[in-house]
Order: sequence, then structure tokens, then C-alpha cells
Amino acid sequence: MKQSRRTLLSALALTLTLPFASSAQAEEPVKAGFVYVSPIGDAGWTYQHDQGRLQMEKALAGKVTSRVVENVQEGPDAERVIREFATSGSKVVFATSFGYMNAMEKVSKQFPNVTFLHATGYKSGKNFGNYNARFYEGRYLTGVIAGKMSKSNILGYVGAFPIPEVLQGINAFAMGARSVNPKAEVRVIWVNSWYDPGKEREAAMTLIAQGADMVTHHTDSTATVQAAEEKGVYAFGYHSDMSKYGKKAHLTATTHQWGDFYTKTMQEVLAGTWKPTNPWGGIKDGMIKLAPLNPAIPKDVQTLVGDLEGKLKAGTFHPFTGPIVDQDGKEVVAKGKTLSDEELNKMSYYVQGVASKLPKK
Amino acid sequence: MKWIRIEARQEPDPLMRFGSPVLAVTLTVLAGLLVFAVLGKDPVEGFKVFFLNPLRDTYALSELFLKATPLMLCALGLAVGFQANVWNIGAEGQFIFGAIGATGVALYGGELGLANSPTLMLGLMMLAGAISGALYAAIPAWLRTHFHASEILVSLMLVYVANLFCSWLVFGPWMDPDGQNFPQTRSFDDAALLPTILEGTRLNLALPLALGLLLIGHVYLNHSYAGFKMRVAGGAEFAARYAGYSSRRMVWIGLLAGGATAGLAGMAEVAGPVGQLTDKIAAGYGFAAIIVAFVGRLNPFGIFLASVVMALFYIGGEQAQQYLSLPSAIAKVFQGLLLFFLLATDLFVNYRLRLGRSAHH
Repeated sequence: MKQSRRTLLSALALTLTLPFASSAQAEEPVKAGFVYVSPIGDAGWTYQHDQGRLQMEKALAGKVTSRVVENVQEGPDAERVIREFATSGSKVVFATSFGYMNAMEKVSKQFPNVTFLHATGYKSGKNFGNYNARFYEGRYLTGVIAGKMSKSNILGYVGAFPIPEVLQGINAFAMGARSVNPKAEVRVIWVNSWYDPGKEREAAMTLIAQGADMVTHHTDSTATVQAAEEKGVYAFGYHSDMSKYGKKAHLTATTHQWGDFYTKTMQEVLAGTWKPTNPWGGIKDGMIKLAPLNPAIPKDVQTLVGDLEGKLKAGTFHPFTGPIVDQDGKEVVAKGKTLSDEELNKMSYYVQGVASKLPKK
Repeated sequence: MKWIRIEARQEPDPLMRFGSPVLAVTLTVLAGLLVFAVLGKDPVEGFKVFFLNPLRDTYALSELFLKATPLMLCALGLAVGFQANVWNIGAEGQFIFGAIGATGVALYGGELGLANSPTLMLGLMMLAGAISGALYAAIPAWLRTHFHASEILVSLMLVYVANLFCSWLVFGPWMDPDGQNFPQTRSFDDAALLPTILEGTRLNLALPLALGLLLIGHVYLNHSYAGFKMRVAGGAEFAARYAGYSSRRMVWIGLLAGGATAGLAGMAEVAGPVGQLTDKIAAGYGFAAIIVAFVGRLNPFGIFLASVVMALFYIGGEQAQQYLSLPSAIAKVFQGLLLFFLLATDLFVNYRLRLGRSAHH
């Protein structure tokens, strides 16, 4: 009898310690899920997001862990992957391609206690925010370098799709070049794909054959930089520092830096202070950075770019400051005014200085 | 002196004919365990995540069947042609055209007052999907019957045309006016969306429809004179000609059937989990269905099983990324293994292994 009572008591004691055990478990790291549209690879859009994720994991070691699903098509698969993250305990889900927007919106409504963040969309909700970066700021700076250094005054641009984000980049590049070289003109070839190294290379080769001695791209692969290296012309990388793909050709790159944003967001979620602020950050916010400048860029140009970068950081300069005239000679913004964010997001024209014509609808 | 010889069988072994896909799946799973072990993962854990997680509850099963439905539809139509050696490789393009036809009805049907009668709207969309797919498949059929153009090459090349045409629509006349220039149509009205058949899931009317068609396909292929003629044409071309079966007719039936079911699958995708037309609508179903048709032995019941296995590999691949941190290529590895083992085990349908010393030496 006595024996059994002791067992009972010890069992009771055990149950008493249980709450402590579970409170220790509450310190378990918070889980975050990342949904990527392409394989991570070693350069490009998804690679930069993954670098940001790793930076965040390191900064918040012990507090946050993260999981990844790459190469998720923008379609019905996305909803399943996003939902799986939410059901399996992720407190935050990041999805980094435009086409995930509707799936994110739908799942965010079913899981009010999970925070959903979507890169480059335009919808948001209580627990659903979006985020984006002002890629065009880097484009303007690279345009200045191109304008200064081009001998042929022909600048080549390989584009994916004529959506506002890409047009902002092309126009900023052209305006940057024209600000220092009124003879510079930008020629664009659309490859109608975000990632198609074969087509990207072909487009870059065509542009170089047309006399372009500076090329850049708004597509995912390193093909344009590699083509430039092969043909002995200069190139500007995009998304990532692509210098290892073109030691001589790669002058610099407009790189995406998501690490600080991911860290800040996770800290806010941990603290319970997160709100959908839908940031659109630029050089000032550290979301856009130029890759290290190639020594081939003359010193005076380096200084000029450094000054402009300083002004962007200080917020005293906006690349889309009027007068801006579109290709057909129509004034888009008057002198001294700047394009609003709303106008930027509806951009559907080329500015003066872009020699190509937009595909007709 | 050979210890192992491969010897032709007098007749194909009926047991191996259906045993070989089962054997191939088993070998794929075993090889998969090896792959997990080589990648440094616990094979048992890997097996659970990859093969059992996608089956763990009603929701997971609903997703599995949602993914399998378009594969079933495409593979069924392909099997009709493959039976008669009509090689339609372009189900992907026919899928896209089906999606386009259905989208046309969904976008303009509202103006014709169809928004209030979902039955009529969906009926018309199905019809438009099937007819558009069939018409698109009629191009290779006509070129084959009139000019002896290879339907393999023509149907395959037309996939690219379909992709570009679809891109043109969603970047042009059908672009969502509120979609910030992204390649998508506006979201369909509720009347143009297939009703779900299981509360809280995305599983919709397309599954029972596909199952019904599989049944009809079974009767047609295995219990009808027309189906018999197709099989004879496939098995013994000269016998079919001698019997007076029109080979032109076979080409037409084979391609139109493939086009119609692929078109219907396209309709089910835009009216189902996607809810709009985008430039990425096809997601490779038309190509994956070729594997499904062969793993399923061109038999409707086999196609049902094979499409579920194929869907399992897709979803298992996502799960392996989330829970085992394996790269997305893992799903492709499994598909490749399956096809490889099927081709290997298929050898034994017509051949057998003889062990022991050759009697002839």
C-alpha cells in the first residue's frame, strides 16, 4: 500500500513539473517558411532572397529557424506549399514571386495567426503584407557609368517582360546615361521569360552585334554578363554581384539586399509589433546596393557615382525627377516634379533615350 | 559461355505486362531510399516524408487528387492515340488552348448574361475547352493525313506556338486592367468556377468528371469495335490495312481525343485552382501525362493509378524540401527513376532471363 502511494505521489510530482517543461518549450525558435519561384542556384533573384534568409537566420540564431521550398510554379502548387508551411507551425511565410499573390491572400485569411509576406505584389491584409525594393535607383547609377564609358553610345538591355518594374529599370538606366551623355541610346530586346539562359545569351549577342558596348539585363541568369565577357564589352549585373562570371566585363551590379528586412520583420513578429507597412525600400534603406566597382571605371566616374549614391541615401535625389519626356515627345512629368509611387507602378512607356519600341498590344 | 542470357518470349508475358509498372514503382521506391541515404538523410524518415506525408489526411489526399486530375485527363486522351501508334506529344499545347477557349467563355459569358446560370456557363466552358483543344490537335492530324508530316514534330512544335499565343493574350487583349501589367486575366466570376466537392479543400468537379471519362475510355478502348480497330492498327499496321481499317481515321481519332481531353484539363485548371488565365497555366501537365500514359499501360485503370503516383512524386518532392531540406530536383529524380525502371522492366514483357550455361555451346 505504502509503496503504491509513493508511486502515486511521485506521479503527481511528475505532473507538477510538466508545466515547467512546456514553458521551456515555449522558448523554441520561431519557424519561418520561404517559397521561391526558381532553384536557389548561385546568382539571381532567388539566390539573393536566400542570402537574405541566411543572414536573418544568423542574426537571430536560436530564435528563428527557417525552411525553404524552391522552384514552386506560380499556379495551383503555390497555395499548397504556402498552406503546408502554415499548418506545420511556421509563424511567418515569405513568398517571393508576384504570381503567388492570390494564393497568399487566400491562405492568409485561413490562418489569421500566421504572418504572410509577399514580395512585389500589391495586395495586403491584416496579417498579409507585401514588400519590394526600388531597383531603379541602382539602374540610374549604372546608367550614369554606361553613359560616361560608352564609346559607341549604344547601350543594350535584355528584358524579361514589359511590366512596370522592368520599365522603371530601363527608363532609369536611360535617364542616368542621358544625364551625362545626351547621345547615349538604349536598345531593348525582350526574351519573354524570367529565366532562359539560351535566349538571354542570344539577345545579348544581338545587342553587341548592333554595336552595344555596354549591356545589362533584367532576367535571372548570368548569360548577359558571360556574353559580354566573351565579346570583350562591358556589362552590368543584376540581382547578384556577377563579377565572377565576367572578370573584365562586369563593371558593377544592382544587387538586392533582403537580409536586413527579413531580420527586422522577424524581430517585429517575435516582439508582436509587426504591421503590414508594405515597404518599398531603396539605397537609403539598404535594400539596394551597387556591387564593388570594377577598377576599369575611371576615378572621376567613380566619384560621380559615389556622390549620387550619397544623395539617394540622404533622400535629396529622385531618379525620376522631371522634366521627363516619353519616347513620342509627350511630357510625363514637368520640371522639378517627381513621379509618385502610384505613377511608377503604372509605368507603361519608354522615356526619350530608349531607341526601341514597346511591343504593341 | 554465357551465364545469363536474354531470350525472346514466344508471346508477350501478360503477367509482366501489368507487373512491370508495379515492379518499376517498387524499384523506384527502393532506389529512392538509397538516394536519401546517400544524401545523408534517414531513409525511413525520407520514405515517410516523401511517400506517406502526401497521404496523411483528407486535405492531403484532396491535394493529391487535385494534382492528379489534369494528368488523368491528358493521359487518357493520349492513350487513345498511342494505342494506334499516333504519337501526340503536344498535349501541353492542347491543354493551353483548352484553357484559352474556356477563358474566352468565362470572360465574355458574363456580358451574355451567363453569370447567373453557373451550369450553363460551366457547360459552355467545358465544351469550349474540349473543342479548342481538339481543334488545336486537328492541325497535326490534318498535316499528317494530307502531307505525311510527322505528328510528333508538329504537335511538339505547336506547344511553343500555344505558349506564345497565350502570353500574347494575357499581356495584351485579355490583360487584367487592375493587374499592374502582370500577365494574367481578371479573376473569373463565381459562376465560372468549378464547385468544390469536398468542403474546405480545392478538390472540384473535375475529378468525378475525369473518373467518368476514364470509365468511358475503358469501354471504348477495351470493349468496342472502334477501340479494337485502334489496337490492331497499333499492333499490326498491315493487318489493319488488310482488314480495311482506315489509318487516316485512326490519326484523326487519336489526335482529336488527345486534344479534347487535354483541352478539358486546361479548362479544369483555369476554372479550378487557378481561377484565371496566366502565362504559366500549363505547368508541364501535358508532358508529364506522356509518362503517366505509359506507366499506366495505356489502360484507363492503370492511368488512374499512374497519375496518382506521379502526383505523389510532385507533392512528395515539396514535402522533402520542407522537412528534409532537399533540393527541388528530388521530384525530378524520382520521375526519372520511375521511367528508367519502367523501360528496364518492360524488357521482360517480351524477353526473359535464362540463367545457367547456354545449352548450345
